[in-house]
Amino acid sequence: MTDPVAISVNQVSKQFGQGADAFFALDQVSVDIRENEFFTLLGPSGCGKTTLLRLIAGFEHPTAGHIQLHGEEISHLPPFKRPVNTVFQNYALFPHLTVAENIGFGLDMQDKPAAEIESTVTEMLQLVQMESMRDRRTDQISGGQQQRVALARALAPHPRVLLLDEPLSALDYKLRKGMQIELKRLQLETGITFIFVTHDQEEALTMSDRIAVMNNGQILQVGSPNDIYDRPSHRFVADFIGDTNFLSAELVESSSEHAVVKLSSGKNLVTGPTEATLNNVVSITVRPEQAVLIDDLANADLQGTVTNIMYSGTDSHFHIELPSQEEFVAKVQNAGPARRDWETGQTVGIKFHDNAVQIVED
Amino acid sequence: MSSSIVSPKKLFSIYKLPGFTFIAITCFVMLYAPIMILVGYSFNEGSSLALWEGLSLRWYYSAWQNEAVKDATLLSLIIALQASLYSTVLATMAALGTTRTRAYRGQTAIYAMINQPLMVPEIVTAVALLIVFATIKQATGYQGLSFLVIAHTAFCVPFAYLPIRARLEDMDRSLEIAAADLYATPWRCFRRVTLPLLLPGILAGAMLAFVISLDDVVITEFVKSAGQDTLPTFMLGQIRRVITPEMNAIASALLAVSVLMVSLIFLINRKKT
Ligand SMILES: Nc1ncnc2c1ncn2[C@@H]1O[C@H](COP(=O)(O)OP(=O)(O)OP(=O)(O)O)[C@@H](O)[C@H]1O
Ligand SMILES: [Mg+2]
Repeated sequence: MTDPVAISVNQVSKQFGQGADAFFALDQVSVDIRENEFFTLLGPSGCGKTTLLRLIAGFEHPTAGHIQLHGEEISHLPPFKRPVNTVFQNYALFPHLTVAENIGFGLDMQDKPAAEIESTVTEMLQLVQMESMRDRRTDQISGGQQQRVALARALAPHPRVLLLDEPLSALDYKLRKGMQIELKRLQLETGITFIFVTHDQEEALTMSDRIAVMNNGQILQVGSPNDIYDRPSHRFVADFIGDTNFLSAELVESSSEHAVVKLSSGKNLVTGPTEATLNNVVSITVRPEQAVLIDDLANADLQGTVTNIMYSGTDSHFHIELPSQEEFVAKVQNAGPARRDWETGQTVGIKFHDNAVQIVED
Repeated sequence: MSSSIVSPKKLFSIYKLPGFTFIAITCFVMLYAPIMILVGYSFNEGSSLALWEGLSLRWYYSAWQNEAVKDATLLSLIIALQASLYSTVLATMAALGTTRTRAYRGQTAIYAMINQPLMVPEIVTAVALLIVFATIKQATGYQGLSFLVIAHTAFCVPFAYLPIRARLEDMDRSLEIAAADLYATPWRCFRRVTLPLLLPGILAGAMLAFVISLDDVVITEFVKSAGQDTLPTFMLGQIRRVITPEMNAIASALLAVSVLMVSLIFLINRKKT
């Protein structure tokens, strides 16, 4: 059961500068964002997240490609004609208006009757729990409260899609955690599609229905947090989200259902299907918590020498040097049943959990 | 907002340079002593400019009674009000045109041209206007006030322009983007966001233009037709004949107006930042 598409981005490119200075901030990006979805754009600084958001909002226009809202072409509409609102990173509250006037601004510009504006503003103030601040000036409220006003202001006109550009990055850790929960609640309550930008992978994993991981102006992978974490398609994605190990392996069998890779140890492992060419060397990734250390070398997928043990409270990280000169890090829970009394210099076997191995594109 | 603990002022202090205090005091004395003396003597009872004969408002009263002074004051105000209004409108448009557009060729040249009255010697502008206006006066026979209003408007534009432009450049551009995002058409965005935020700059620009127009001698002297004396040109005419303490009183009053205006500009700009 999938909801209909709210925003459809089709082969969109955005070029800044001309000639020798030409630079593609977005390079043929395509993605469908569904109704009622909490959709996150995740990627390092400069990868084009803000640019994509600005194209959807209408502050910039694409060099090539199309953006559709519920099937209607909007790529060249000015921002004030798009039923899409933005929560700005710096909030951009109007300093000459009160909290209530800020929230009512969008409705006022849509020429809604005063009574309707009044009641919607009251409703929005309740939604973000700011009723008592109604007549304050925006410089008389705290950063977290400004954040709520910015949210309420963008939600008040009931946009089809709400764009949020790193709205939490200016807040301190505790406030940030609180606002994450609040944002999620608001999204569920209003049923509005949220397109949320962040470069914080943890934030993306906890809040999103789906995540698009971006790098260098391209979307590398779109999927649920679980997909992205457990089945990264690219080396970059695996590396950007959480800690992971990369190993070289040979692709020895490939079909539409599964693939088989041969590890440096000679062991064969089954993975998901891949588009890589048969008998080529491929990169595989295994999360540190997806392996256990065992004595029984014959039964192990890999073996190596423990070179370093790092204790980190909840778990210990065993650094193991493989015969292939690669390094593998295994994370063992300190409270769990697994054996962990290994010492540096010892030879250990590494056994992967089922489905732990994933082939990634470089 | 937190500031660094060691302020740069502590690292290098101009106050500690040898002779700083002496030079500073000398400058202030040279700037303000003559003005203080002028203001002081405007309250002199006697008719001498050098001899103090007691405190009185006699010369203010005498200036107040003087029909010629009244006429000149009125004319000055009429011209200054019109010139500051027109120049502020023009300056606002110029400021918007130089900050709220995509970068275009010749932008710097336009910026320089708007500010040229600050650079070109006033006497040059005065002579140029004299020649042009004289031709028009001859051709049309029209001798009215418009020439003075146009001339004043022209040289007031850069003074009005500077504070308006400064304010536009300081303004957070994302506010206008946010307004557009919230369904404001470009015109309503200007009316509801840009203009209200720009208002202190516009007021400051208008007042500056007003003071500048009120003070002007050179251009007015060249452009005016017979009988069109503003307060400064009237004073100039008077002083050529005989210097009376009445001039002190008028000058002091003019000074009071200017100081008031400048203080207002200062207050308006401080309130918003
Ligand atoms: N107006 C512009 N002119 C030229 N280059 C631009 C412009 N806007 C963005 N860029 C470039 O496009 C690239 C993508 O920028 P963008 O702001 O989308 O990055 P981002 O992913 O939002 O990064 P961050 O996490 O730092 O906000 C950057 O390299 C940036 O320098
Ligand atoms: Mg950004």
